[in-house]
Amino acid sequence: MADNFVIEMLHITKEFPGIKANDDVTLQLRKGEIHALLGENGAGKSTLMSVLFGLYQPEKGVIKKNGKEVKIQNPNDANALGIGMVHQHFKLVECFTVLDNIILGVEDTRHGFLQKDAARKKVMQLSEKYGLKVDPDALVSDISVGMQQRVEILKMLYRDNEILIFDEPTAVLTPQEIDELMEIMRGFKAEGKSILFITHKLNEIMAVADRCTVLQKGRGIGTVDIANTTKEELSRMMVGRDVQFAVDKAPCKPGRTILEVNGLVVPSKVHKNNAVRGVSFEAKAGEIVCVAGIEGNGQTELIYGLTGLEKVTGGTIKLNGKDITNAPIRERSKDGMSHIPEDRHKHGLVLDYTVADNMVLQRYWQPEFQNHGFIKKGAVMDYAERLIKQYDVRSGQGPITIARSMSGGNQQKAIIAREVDKDPDLLVAVQPTRGLDVGAIEYIHKQIVAERDKGKAVLLVSLELDEVMNLSDRILVMYEGEIVGEFDPKTTTVEELGLYMAGAKKQGEAKA
Amino acid sequence: MMIAANIISLTVLFAVPLLLVALGGMFSEHSGVINIALEGMMIIGALFACFTLQAFDKSGFGPAHPQLAMLAAILVAGLTGMIFSFFLGFAAINLKADQTIGGTALNQFAPAFAVVMTWAIQGQGLTTIAIPSWVRITRDTFGLAPVDGPSFWNNLIFKYFYLTTPVAVVLFIAAYIVMYKTRFGLRLRACGEHPQAADSVGINVYKMRYAGVLISGFLGGIGGLAYTVAAGSGFNSDVGGYGFLALAVMIFGNWKPFPILASSVFFALFKVIAAYSSSLPFLPKFEGVKEISNFYQMLPYIVTMIVLIFTSKNSQAPKAEGIPYDKGSR
Amino acid sequence: MSKKSKQPLLQNPGVVGVLASLLSIVIGLVLGFILLVILNPGASLDGMKAMMTTGFASMDKFGKVLYQAAPLMMCGLSVGFAFKTGLFNIGAPGQYTMGAFFALLCGIQFQMPWFVCLLASAIGGAIWGIFPGLFKAYFNVNEVITSIMFNWIGMYLVNLILANSPHMLASGWGASNSDRTAALSAANPGAILPKGPFAGLFGNSSWINIGIILSIIFALIVWVVLQKTTFGYELKACGLSRDAAQYAGINAKRNIVLSMVIAGALSGIGGGIYYLAGTGQYVIEKSILGMGFNGIPVALLASSNPVGTIFSALFISYIQVGGAAMQPAYSSETIDIVIAVIIYLAAFALLMRGVIAKAVSGRKEKGGAAK
Repeated sequence: MADNFVIEMLHITKEFPGIKANDDVTLQLRKGEIHALLGENGAGKSTLMSVLFGLYQPEKGVIKKNGKEVKIQNPNDANALGIGMVHQHFKLVECFTVLDNIILGVEDTRHGFLQKDAARKKVMQLSEKYGLKVDPDALVSDISVGMQQRVEILKMLYRDNEILIFDEPTAVLTPQEIDELMEIMRGFKAEGKSILFITHKLNEIMAVADRCTVLQKGRGIGTVDIANTTKEELSRMMVGRDVQFAVDKAPCKPGRTILEVNGLVVPSKVHKNNAVRGVSFEAKAGEIVCVAGIEGNGQTELIYGLTGLEKVTGGTIKLNGKDITNAPIRERSKDGMSHIPEDRHKHGLVLDYTVADNMVLQRYWQPEFQNHGFIKKGAVMDYAERLIKQYDVRSGQGPITIARSMSGGNQQKAIIAREVDKDPDLLVAVQPTRGLDVGAIEYIHKQIVAERDKGKAVLLVSLELDEVMNLSDRILVMYEGEIVGEFDPKTTTVEELGLYMAGAKKQGEAKA
Repeated sequence: MMIAANIISLTVLFAVPLLLVALGGMFSEHSGVINIALEGMMIIGALFACFTLQAFDKSGFGPAHPQLAMLAAILVAGLTGMIFSFFLGFAAINLKADQTIGGTALNQFAPAFAVVMTWAIQGQGLTTIAIPSWVRITRDTFGLAPVDGPSFWNNLIFKYFYLTTPVAVVLFIAAYIVMYKTRFGLRLRACGEHPQAADSVGINVYKMRYAGVLISGFLGGIGGLAYTVAAGSGFNSDVGGYGFLALAVMIFGNWKPFPILASSVFFALFKVIAAYSSSLPFLPKFEGVKEISNFYQMLPYIVTMIVLIFTSKNSQAPKAEGIPYDKGSR
Repeated sequence: MSKKSKQPLLQNPGVVGVLASLLSIVIGLVLGFILLVILNPGASLDGMKAMMTTGFASMDKFGKVLYQAAPLMMCGLSVGFAFKTGLFNIGAPGQYTMGAFFALLCGIQFQMPWFVCLLASAIGGAIWGIFPGLFKAYFNVNEVITSIMFNWIGMYLVNLILANSPHMLASGWGASNSDRTAALSAANPGAILPKGPFAGLFGNSSWINIGIILSIIFALIVWVVLQKTTFGYELKACGLSRDAAQYAGINAKRNIVLSMVIAGALSGIGGGIYYLAGTGQYVIEKSILGMGFNGIPVALLASSNPVGTIFSALFISYIQVGGAAMQPAYSSETIDIVIAVIIYLAAFALLMRGVIAKAVSGRKEKGGAAK
């Protein structure tokens, strides 16, 4: 075999307390290839890459570069070996400039003082050469997510890295931006750089990768040539069984209007402009309305305004005909709104409470669970037992399990159990499947469709276009705080949505 | 005019400890460690510096080379403060303990330790360590002839002049340069804002945080000595809450050197007005009210609270301060 | 509940917490002894003996332990209660001072009976607790900063008012000094806390009164409120996750303010209990009273558990009484060093718990995979 491997990770095992994140995984990267690393959330992709980047030390296994064994103790070692990484969650200091972020860790100094002129020149050259447009003097907190990613890429190029790791780089991009990124990656490949591309999106792998290594529950399943494989085969390797891509659902039968939003304005916490600028829409009983868009275009604030987490500064919200624009959160909940929040750790659960206490988070004040201010412990426990059984929430010690100790999927199931069991008229679900494995995703999709079929209005916010296309009955695209288009999933395409999500097109613009 | 000269020179005198200690807090917090133990660090620094001065006084070295002895005392204050601050670093960085509680423990420890040490060295019941009179910089230090009677310039410069003042000026300039013009400063600030980012580019977050804490101990210790010479009545195992006041100065100064300088002068001015309220003719007298100085003592704290209401929304506090950094967590 | 009993005793977080506290205490005492040896080797054994046994040496000393434990317990409850709501109440000294001032104002100036004075002390403490609460809830100013500021403001304010209230001072009631408040025995014996069931038990001890019983009752009430009520559920939810509490429709701002008000009232009652004992007079001082600060180690040692606070307050009071008996060989501040070491160790209680848990599990899997 004359294989020209630039990096080999052989039989890597990495354990965390209670879990083997990588179990005897082998990955071999050829020089000048784009190598995809595929696996579900929690399959151990990020852990493996963190090992390669020196953030974690493996218990077993060796790493070789160009056939020679190397020790990578920290990111400095990785950098010295020419390994660079774009992390899924950008590692940028918000109150620093772009230039300061790029040079951080490899600063030039003279007599101990920072010298930035040469660095600036090099950054500008790289930026021009690869079409990575950035403003070196802008603060990171002021630039878009897309530009932040370009800064991360420039960080690698500035360090002259030859082995580039991209950890889920497309999650924050529009379809068009994704195409641009693929182009850039092909350019790197043409120059002889080697790329490791972590993702769970099959289309992207088929489009750009040469080979693909698949991980499942911490184990390496195998490496395949993309030219000799199909999407179906890859997904089977990833999940371990056949996956149903489409969601089964009956045609939509919209009933009376449940939610009516008119000219809603919500201020932004980050900048001076409003995050939501005069949004109007409605949701009817028995339909799933989906708000699509790139992260940070006002979806979060729209939901905060709708659910009462944030004060609105204009417009009205009506639930079942009742004006709830300025109603407190408890009032909205009583009036029939349930909310599966975007951030289950921040909002959805009191992580250090037991499952039982979390199950009554929206209801502990009801007479069923309290008497003159004293909590009826027995009633709470019985209720929690019932929900745990009915919604298949797996927890080590039943209702007395601390929520923090459960897996993400079961935490989300617990939230869904709580919110759905309240029997709401309107179910607001924000990215309900983020970070979950395929089994949990399928389960949650079924629950959402079941709620719709029971005649509830469902408002879904999602960043995953596949989810949007599969689940919704009506799609609203949000761009820069406004709804720029309304679509029927049966008659639109991902590409068309992408144009609207990127702000390239806007419905009814002629009128305005 | 003479009063103006006195007030200005007193304000400078009391601004020096506030400035030094608040700059110390700035370094610690920019590295990501909340340092509530500044008061304790001041006490420890002052304690050992005062012992040093006393030893020099007895050996005769002090009276012979007063400013050299003072410089040595300043170094002792800084180094002992630094050693003491190590305990905050150990708890906050290695053991990932609650930084506020660890700091509170050090604040409880320092004054008790100072009293016990003072007893042990000076004998039972002698709780004050006197500051030798040769410490003050006089016209004589520069070989100038004494002037007769009070004069504006003489009062302004020489009435309350200690070596700590020029040292503070030098340290202030150094602090600014280190923070904004060096690699160290850039990396330090990165650790306080986004330690994961710093770690991912190969910066040792633990080391940088230790550096921040130890610098704060160094400046805090010198600040303790500066306070003690300013207070003028010897060292009594306390620094009058200046460590806490310095925290307010730092917040008021938005964690930045020049605003911190301004706010330390502002706070010192109020302290001086409070201390000399009875002898300042331009202050309202509140006929019939006794102990009015208490009112002026309260003022800087009240003003701080009012200012905090208006500034808390745009606080520039380092984002990761107070959060232990754990390499394992993502 | 059968599941709970299956949990091994040494993995029960409560048991581990107690063990961690005991470990902190033992290490603190050992370091204290080493300090005594260094300072004065000849007297070290006697000193240690005084520290460890004085509290039980006589009924009078034991009475003093209980007398000091009462305000400590109240301050510890105050700090612990705020902790449960996610707030660090370093403002206990100021609230304690205000409570003492309000109690004395009612007792001396207005000649009220003791229970009215005690109520007033709760109000005084609550008023001083509301500021950090409001600042935190509505302006997002860190409560630690506000509390520190208000400790000083409170002290200067009380000093200012007392200096200008001749009727409050000892000099207004026949004594010569004007730097402290009047003795209650001279000004208003009716404001002194009754001795209750302790009247005969402690002989002529002037220290003991019903304060300790009241404090224990308060500790139990706080425990019930936190563990059994919807109010406690809301408070703890706010403390553990302010965002999740808001999401659940709990008024987080109101709860933060309420929590600080209650914490303030508890500290305030501590001040009331101490000064209404009739043995101490409030001295116009230039430094903040230490009693409130000592509530912090009391709460930490008890892991903020109200019932645990009863025991940790008794312990701290016990070694303080012992520490005072070490004079003149050692200054009584030596005991403060021991307490400071204990808090420092308690600050990384989590780590201590980890050590204990590891020791326990290590014993179980002896010969298991080495790291």
